[in-house]
Formats: sequence, structure tokens, C-alpha cells
Amino acid sequence: MAADQIETLIREGIPDARVEIVDLAGDGDHYEARVIAESFRGQPLVRQHQRVYQALGGRMGTELHALKLATGVPE
Amino acid sequence: MTDVRDRIEEVVKNNDIVLFMKGTPLFPQCGFSSRAIAILDHMAVKYETVDVLQDPEIRAGIKEYSDWPTVPQLYVKGEFLGGSDIMMEMFEAGELQALVDQKQVARA
Repeated sequence: MAADQIETLIREGIPDARVEIVDLAGDGDHYEARVIAESFRGQPLVRQHQRVYQALGGRMGTELHALKLATGVPE
Repeated sequence: MTDVRDRIEEVVKNNDIVLFMKGTPLFPQCGFSSRAIAILDHMAVKYETVDVLQDPEIRAGIKEYSDWPTVPQLYVKGEFLGGSDIMMEMFEAGELQALVDQKQVARA
């Protein structure tokens, strides 16, 4: 799965998100997504990650094999 | 036939810490599960593991149970905490140890 496709899906699902995708292994299969969103504020990490997974619409664990997630709120 | 949800709930309710993983603590079958075990061992807490590779019903059911698409998954005192990224982040921040202390989890 292409990095820009991941970025687009997350942006569509979480409109206020700032998204950065890093291709960890250079193989188009192992990524890290850094997602910063004001709407994460007050939500536990588990909920923040769930929202990213929901934005990816079931691709996580199937099409998208490995995605390291780091989420947070703007400084 | 026992509902898979009930089976998951039983193991989660009856153990302070449960890790759903691929493989066993001695022979983890994926890097993320291996990392999760390393954290639990380091914290010297008592934990139960469920190898989803040995049980297709649990493997599918756990994803619905927690609304979480991947394994490993960590449960502390019945509460779903997250996957290996959250475990690592909380561990590095000292938050996992604090949680375990606060919830008076059984020691190894």
C-alpha cells in the first residue's frame, strides 16, 4: 500500500489531523504514521489509535501489514 | 457451543494481565508479540497469554471484542489497553508501571 494512500485515508477519516508517513523499511509494507489532531484531546491513546484504524477502514492487518502508530495532540 | 465472546471475557476477567499474541512467551511468532512479552517480563508481573494462531475463532473474535484490528492486545484487570505501540509508549513513559502499581496487579 502506498504511503500517500494511507495519508489520504487518515486525513479523510480525521479531517483535523496532521499526518506524516514514514516508510520504515523502504519496502512499501512497513510504515510509521504520526498523527496529530486537536480532536484527540482528552481521548486515551487506545481511542486515538482506534480512530486511525477506523479511518483506514479495515485495511489494517490485511492490505496494510505493519503500521507503527504514534498519535498525539498539538502542542 | 460457547460463544467466543464469553470465552474471551472469561480469560480477561479471570487474570489480572492477559496478552493475546501470536505464539507463546518462549516462542513468539511475530516481532510485535515478542516486544510485548519483553515488556511484561521486564515489569515482573504475572500474566496469562492466549496464542491466537492456535485458535482461529479467538483470532477473529478478539478483533471484534476490542474493536482493534491487530494482535498483540493487552488487557489489564479486564480493561483493553492497546497494542504493542501503546504498550511501548506507556512503558517508556513509566505509565505502564504506574498503572500496574495502581491496579495492584499480581507480581510474577
